[in-house]
Amino acid sequence: MSLLDQPSSPSLSGGGMTRRQAWGLVGLFAAAVIVWLVFAVWPDWLNAILISKKAFVSAILNGITLAGLYFLVASGFTLIFGLMRNVNLAHGSLYLLGAYIGYEVTSRTGYWLLGVAAGFAVLAIVGVVMQVFVFRRLEGDDLRQTLVSIGISIVAADLMLAVWAGGTYQIATPEWLDGALTLPIITAVRSNGASVFLTYPLYRLVVLAAAIVIGVGLWLMLHRTRVGMMIRAGVDDRAMLQASGVNVHAVFAIVFAVGAGLAGFAGVVGGSALSVAPGEDVRYLLASLVVVIVGGMGSITGAAIGALLIGLAEQIGLVYFPTYGIVLTFVIMVVTLAVRPQGIMGKAR
Amino acid sequence: MSLAIATDGTTPRQNWLERLGAGHIILAVVLVLYPLVASDFFLTQIGGYSLIFGMMGLSLMLLAGYGGMVSLAQITVAGIAAYAIAILGNNNSNILGFGWPWWLAVPFAVLAAALASALIGWISVRTEGIYTIMITLAIATATYYFAQQNYAIFNGHSGYAGIRAPAFWGISWRDPKPFYYLCLGLAVLSYAAVLYGSRSTFGMTLQAIRDNPRRMRALGYHVTAHKVFAWLLAGVIAGLAGVLLVWFNGRVSPGTIGVDAAIDVLIIAVIGGLRHPIGPFLGAVVVILMQTFAIDIVGAERFNTLIGLVFLVIVFVSPDGILGLWGRIKPHLAQESLRPGS
Amino acid sequence: MRMHRRTLLALAAFTGLTAPSMALAADDTIKIGLLATFEGPFTVLGEDGERGAMTAVAEMNGTVAGKKIEIVKGSSDASPDSAVRAARKLVEQDGVKVLVGPLSGDEGLAVKDYAKTQPNVTFINGTSAAQDTTLRDPAENFFRFSTDGAQWMAGLGTYAFKDKGYKKVATVAEDYSFPYTQVFGFMAEFCKAGGHVPSKSWVPIGNKDFSSVIAAIPEDVDAIYVALGGADAVNFLTQYQQGGGSAPLIGGSITVDQTVLTSKGKLRDVLKGTPSAGPTADTNDAPAWKAFVEAYKKQPGAFPSPSLFAHGYYVDMKATLLGLDQVGGDVSDGGKKLRDALSKLSFDTPTGKVSLDKNRNAIADIFLTEVTEGADGNLMNKLVKVVPQVNQTLGIPEDEFMKLGAVNRDNPSCP
Repeated sequence: MSLLDQPSSPSLSGGGMTRRQAWGLVGLFAAAVIVWLVFAVWPDWLNAILISKKAFVSAILNGITLAGLYFLVASGFTLIFGLMRNVNLAHGSLYLLGAYIGYEVTSRTGYWLLGVAAGFAVLAIVGVVMQVFVFRRLEGDDLRQTLVSIGISIVAADLMLAVWAGGTYQIATPEWLDGALTLPIITAVRSNGASVFLTYPLYRLVVLAAAIVIGVGLWLMLHRTRVGMMIRAGVDDRAMLQASGVNVHAVFAIVFAVGAGLAGFAGVVGGSALSVAPGEDVRYLLASLVVVIVGGMGSITGAAIGALLIGLAEQIGLVYFPTYGIVLTFVIMVVTLAVRPQGIMGKAR
Repeated sequence: MSLAIATDGTTPRQNWLERLGAGHIILAVVLVLYPLVASDFFLTQIGGYSLIFGMMGLSLMLLAGYGGMVSLAQITVAGIAAYAIAILGNNNSNILGFGWPWWLAVPFAVLAAALASALIGWISVRTEGIYTIMITLAIATATYYFAQQNYAIFNGHSGYAGIRAPAFWGISWRDPKPFYYLCLGLAVLSYAAVLYGSRSTFGMTLQAIRDNPRRMRALGYHVTAHKVFAWLLAGVIAGLAGVLLVWFNGRVSPGTIGVDAAIDVLIIAVIGGLRHPIGPFLGAVVVILMQTFAIDIVGAERFNTLIGLVFLVIVFVSPDGILGLWGRIKPHLAQESLRPGS
Repeated sequence: MRMHRRTLLALAAFTGLTAPSMALAADDTIKIGLLATFEGPFTVLGEDGERGAMTAVAEMNGTVAGKKIEIVKGSSDASPDSAVRAARKLVEQDGVKVLVGPLSGDEGLAVKDYAKTQPNVTFINGTSAAQDTTLRDPAENFFRFSTDGAQWMAGLGTYAFKDKGYKKVATVAEDYSFPYTQVFGFMAEFCKAGGHVPSKSWVPIGNKDFSSVIAAIPEDVDAIYVALGGADAVNFLTQYQQGGGSAPLIGGSITVDQTVLTSKGKLRDVLKGTPSAGPTADTNDAPAWKAFVEAYKKQPGAFPSPSLFAHGYYVDMKATLLGLDQVGGDVSDGGKKLRDALSKLSFDTPTGKVSLDKNRNAIADIFLTEVTEGADGNLMNKLVKVVPQVNQTLGIPEDEFMKLGAVNRDNPSCP
C-alpha cells in the first residue's frame, strides 16, 4: 500500500500524465530516503536530532501497523458512506462491540481465531439488522440517518458500559503470535563492533499483513466481481443503478454486512494489540472520519492512503512532539480539504 | 426531514408570524416573572443553564435550519470564547490572564469565537451536505484533544479556574437573579436577531441556497460567502453563550468542550426542533431537567441510555422535535408541519 | 385556539421550572452528600468509592448522634465542570450541609473553588489527590483526610535508589496534574538520594498505542517509573511485554491498584515484583485493616481487596461521621462547630493514625509495596514497609518545599 500503487488502478487515477510523473518522482525520492533511514547505520548527528534510530524506526513501523488497523476500521466506513451516503457515526460502537464479543468468545473457548471469526460474523449480522430495520426506513434522508446513528452510538456506548463495566479487557493472543521478531535492521553498533538489531512484536506485523490481505481482497471484490461492480456503480450513480433493475437493497445489505463485519474484525484484532475499554468507540470513529475525509469517500485505495498518513502522523507526533501530535493529524485534514475537498482519491461531484 | 427542516416556504412562516404576538408576550411575562417563584438553584442551574445551552442550540439551528449545515462544533466555538475570557481577563491558574476589563475582553472573546466559527465554516463549506457533520465532528474532537495537551494557551487538562463574572452598576452579575436576567436578555436578543435575520434578504438568500445552491450560484450569488457569513453570525451567538458559560461555571477546561458536550448541543437542538428558533430553548429545558434529576429518578448510571432513546424516538417519530410533536398532537396545526418526506 | 397552544407551552415550562425544592430534612435524619463518578469511564472507580463510604456508614449502623444518616448521591463524569454541577445540585437543591467527594484530581481543585462560595457547607474530600487542593490557596471549609499524590510516593524514591540500586530511571506518565504530582513525589526523594532521571515521557491521556513511546525510552536506564492509570496502564504494560521490554518497573499508586491488577491478560508477568507506594497495602497484617477488608467485602459487588478509592472514601466518610458525632449531628450553626471538630480530629483508620495539618490535609502512614501473586492466584500489593506519618511536604520544611514550586512537566528535574 503505497503511493506507487496508484497508477495500477485505472479507474482511480486522476490528473494528467505529467503531474502523475512528477508525483511519482517525489514518491521515489521519498521512498529512497526512507529506505536509507531504515537500513543505514546512522551517524551521530542524526541520532542526536531524532532521539535514536530505534525510536525513529519503531515510530515508522508502529505508524504503518497502526495504519493497518485504521484501514480495517475505515474501509467499512468508507464503503457504507460512499454507497449509501450514510455517515454511520455508530461505526466506532461497532468496533467496540466486536472487541467485547471477541473477548468473550476467546476467553470462554480459548480459541483466538474463533473470537476473530465471531467478531466479524456477529457484527456483520448487527450491520444487516441496522440497515434493514433502521436505515432502510429513513432511506434518502441523509441527515436523519446520521442523527439516528448518533443516537444508536450513545445508547450502545452506555449499554456496553452497563454490561462490561468500565474495566479494561485484553484479548489473549495465541502463543504462536506472541513475542518479538528480530528484524534485519541495525539500530546501533556497540563499542565491541557487534550490531544491535531491532526487535519488533510479531503480532503487530501480523495485523499489518491481515490489513494488506483484506485490502487487496476488498479491492479484488470491488473490481473483479459482479457485486463489486454493482457497488462501484452505486457509488458513482445510485439512481442509475436502481433504474437498471439491480436489487439495491440486497447490495446495501451486503455492503453493510461487510462494513460492520470489518469493524468487528478490527475490534478483535485491535483489542488484542491494544486493549478494550470504553471510549475506544469515539477514538476509532474519529480515526475513520479523518481517514475518509483525507482519503476520499467510497475509495478503498483512498482509505489505505488516508490510514497510512494518519497512522504515521500519530506515531511520529507521539514520539517527537507529543503536545502537538493531534495538530499534525488535523493539519493533514485541513490541507487536504483546502487542496482537494473531495479527498485524495475521492471523485469530484 | 432532510435538510429542508426550517420554514419551507413563506406561507408557514407567515402563519408563525401572525401567532407571534400573543405567544411571545405570554412567554416573556412568564420568563420575566420566573425568578419570583423559582429557587436560586432553579434560577441558575436550570434556568440560566438552559438559556445558555439554548443559545448554543440556537446557533446550530441557524446553521442547520436556514443553511442546511449541521455542525457539531458549536460547543467548540463557545469554548473558544470561554477560553478567551479566561485568557484576556483574570483567572487564578497563574497562566496568562491579561486582566483586561470585561467590556474589552467580552467583545474580543466573541470576535474570536465568530472568526473561529467562520474559519470552521470556510473549511467545511468546501464540501457539501453530510460532509459538514463529519468535518465539524473531527474539528471538535481535535480541538478537545489539543486543548487537553497544550499548556501554553489552554493550560492543559486542568484548564482555567477562578474566572469571575463582572460586577458593574452596583450589581454582581453572577448572583442568581442578575445572572438569570443577563442570560435571558442575551438569549432574547439572539432569538430576536435570528427571527429577524431569517426574514431579511440575507436570511432568504441563505434559505434559497440551502434549497438549491446550484440555481443560486447560476443567478450570480456568492454561495460560499453567504454560507461563511452564516457561520460568522452563528459564531457570535455561540460566542456569547460561551462567555455566559464561563461566567456560570467560573472555569473552563477541555471537558467543557468534549465530544459529549458537542453531541449534547446537537441533541438539544434536535429534541427541541430545528424548525423554529424557539426549538433549541425548549430542547435545552427538557435535556437539562433530565440531566439534573435523572440521578434521583433512574440513577445516573443509565442516564445516557435514557437520553439516547429519547433522542432516537424524537428523530424517528417527529423530525421536528418537540415543536413537531405539538403540531401532531394539535390536529388544527397539522397542516403546517406536514411536509413532503417527513 | 392559537393562543391556547402557547399558553399550554408556557404553563408546562413554568410548572416544570419551579418544582419546589425538597431541601427540608426531617429533624431525626442528617443528610450527607456523596459525590463520585457514577457515569462515564470512571464509573467502576466511583462505585468502589461508594462501597468504601457505605462501609463507614455501615460501621455506625447508619446513624450518627442518634440521627439517621441519609446519603444523597451526586454524579460526575470525572470532568471538573460536571463535578461542580453535581456539587451545586447537592448543596443548593438537595440542601446537604456536609458533602463527601469528589474522586479525581482536577475535580478536587474545582470543588475546592466552589467550596469558597459556600462557607456554610463543609466539604470533605473523596479520593482526589492533587497537591494544590489543600497546599496552595486552600479553602477554609475543605478537608482532606486522604493523602495527596505526592505523599503516596513517600519512601519509594529512596527505596528504588538504596535497596533496589537503581541509579538512572526513566519516567512514563499521563499528561495531567495527578501524574505530575506522583512523579514529583517520586523524584523529590530519588533525586535527593543521588539518582538521575534522563528522560520523562508525558503521554496524552487516552493514548492507547505506547509502543513508540517505549521505543524512545533510553536503553541504558536501570528501571522505568510508570504512573499511568486504568486502561492506559494496561496498554503500556502489555505492549512493554510484547515488545520484549526487560528493564524493571516502578509503579505509581494507581498503576498497581486493584483495578489494574485484576485485569485479564499477560501483563501479570511484567507486573510481578514491581515496587510501588500508596495509602494502602493488600497484605497488610494489621487487625484493623483485616477487619476493614471484611467489612468492605459485605458491600455488593466488592473487589477481592478494596481499591484505594474505596479506602479514600472510607477514611473521609469515617472522619465526617466521627466529626458529626462529636457535635451531636448539629450543623445548624453553618457547620462551624463541625469544622472545628474536624480540624482537631485525630483517629485510627485501618491504615494507621490520621490527623490534619494547618491546611486541613491529612498526615498519615504510607505503605511501600511490591506486587506479588497471592495464594488464590490474584495479584496483590505485598507490604514491604510502612513509612509513618507522612505530611504534605514529605518531611521537607515547608518554606523549602514551597520553593520547589508547583508541580508541572518540567519540575522537578535531575537529568
